Amino acid sequence: MNRDTAQLIVCHDCDLLQREIALKKGCSASCSRCGALLYRNATDSINRTLAWTAAAFIVFIIANIFPIFAIELQGDRSVLNLIEAVSSIWTQKMQLMSLVVFVTTILIPTVEMLSMIYLLSSLKMLRIPFGHIMIMKMIRVVSPWGMIEILMLGMLVSLVKLTSSFKVILGLALWSFGLLTFLLAAAAASFSARHIWNLIDKIGGMKS
Amino acid sequence: MPTFSTNAANQGFCSCHVCSLVSRVDQMSDSRRCPRCRALLRFRKPASVSRCWSLLIAAYILYIPANLLTMMETGSLLNYRKDTILSGVVHLWETGSWGISTIVFIASVMIPLLKLISLSLLLVSVQRGSKLHPRLRTSLYRSVELVGRWSMLDIYVVTLLAALVQMGTMATVKAGPAALAFGAVVILTMFASMQFEPRLIWDPLEKREPDDDDTE
Repeated sequence: MNRDTAQLIVCHDCDLLQREIALKKGCSASCSRCGALLYRNATDSINRTLAWTAAAFIVFIIANIFPIFAIELQGDRSVLNLIEAVSSIWTQKMQLMSLVVFVTTILIPTVEMLSMIYLLSSLKMLRIPFGHIMIMKMIRVVSPWGMIEILMLGMLVSLVKLTSSFKVILGLALWSFGLLTFLLAAAAASFSARHIWNLIDKIGGMKS
Repeated sequence: MPTFSTNAANQGFCSCHVCSLVSRVDQMSDSRRCPRCRALLRFRKPASVSRCWSLLIAAYILYIPANLLTMMETGSLLNYRKDTILSGVVHLWETGSWGISTIVFIASVMIPLLKLISLSLLLVSVQRGSKLHPRLRTSLYRSVELVGRWSMLDIYVVTLLAALVQMGTMATVKAGPAALAFGAVVILTMFASMQFEPRLIWDPLEKREPDDDDTE
C-alpha cells in the first residue's frame, strides 16, 4: 500500500481532501466542510457485526417459516406467511410486484446476511475468503434494497386495516420480524467497511 | 505539499468508490485502477446529470398513473370500494386510524413528491453551477437517500392484504394497477438518487483559482 496516501481521506459527498485523525472508541469523524460522516471507530466492529448478523439470520429463518397473522370471518380462516404472500400475488397476475417483494424482502436479505457471515467468519480466522472484493462490492450495491424494516411497518399498517373488519390472530413471524428489525439495525450500526478493508490489508500483509 | 482546503480531484487524488482508499491518479496513464480492490477509479460518477434526469423524468411520468389509478380494490358482502393512494389515506383517517393514516400519508404521498422535487432542484442547481447553500443542498441530498426507500410501505401493505384476504364473496382484496406504477416510481427515484453526484454541488466553489494545479 502506498504509505503517503494511507492517512488521507476524501469526503464522499463533497470531495474534500482531509487527513485522518485517531478517534476514541465509539466516536465518529465528520467532514469539516459538508458534515458528512467520514468514518467511525465502531467498537469491536467485526465481532459484533458477525454476532448480530448470525442472530439475525436465525430469526429470519423463523420469520419465514411461521405465519405472520391469520384472519377469521364467520368461521372461515385465512393464514399467511411471507413466501405464501409472494406466491399468492404471483398467481393473481401481479408477477412484477411479486418479484419486487420477493427480491427486497427475501432474496437480498438472505444473500446479504449469508455473504456477511461468510466474509467475517473467514476474516476472524485470519483468512482472506475467496472473492472478498466481489462480496464487498455486492454488499455495498445491494444493501439499500434490503427492506425488512419497511416490510415490518407494512405489517403493522395491514394489521390496523384488518382489525376493522376481521378477527385477527397474530403469528410468531410477526414478532420475529419485529425482533429481526432490531437485530439488523444493530448489525448495521456496528458494521464498518473501513474496519473490514483494514483487516484485509493487515492479513494480506502478514501473508506476503 | 498539498494544502487541505480544496477538492481531492484538483490535486490529483481520487478515492475509490468501492473501498474508499485514496490514491494519486496520473491523468496521462491508462491504468486507473484502485491498488487495493482493482475497481476503476473515477473522479466523478460518469454522466451523472443526464442519467439522473432520465430516471427522474420516467418517475414523473409514472407518478401520474400511480396517483390516478386504483391502488386497492376491497370487496365484501356489504360494500365494495376502489381506493387510490390518496383516497385510501382519507378512508383510514375517517375510520379513526389517525396515526396509521399519518404514517401512510408521509410514506406514500409526501416522501415521493418531496423526493421528485428535491432531486429536480438539486439537478437544476448543479447544472446552473450554483454556489448557494452547498451545505444545505448536500444535506438535502443525504435526506433524500435516507428516507426514499420508505415509500415502498404501500407496496407491502397491498401485497399482504391482497394475499391474505381471499375469502370469495365474503371478503376479497385485490391489488390495482396503481400499485405497479407506484412501485416503479419508488424504484426509479431510488436509482436516480444513486446516480446523482453530490460532489458536483461543491465543484463550482473551487473555480476561483483555476490554474493552480496545472503545473503538476
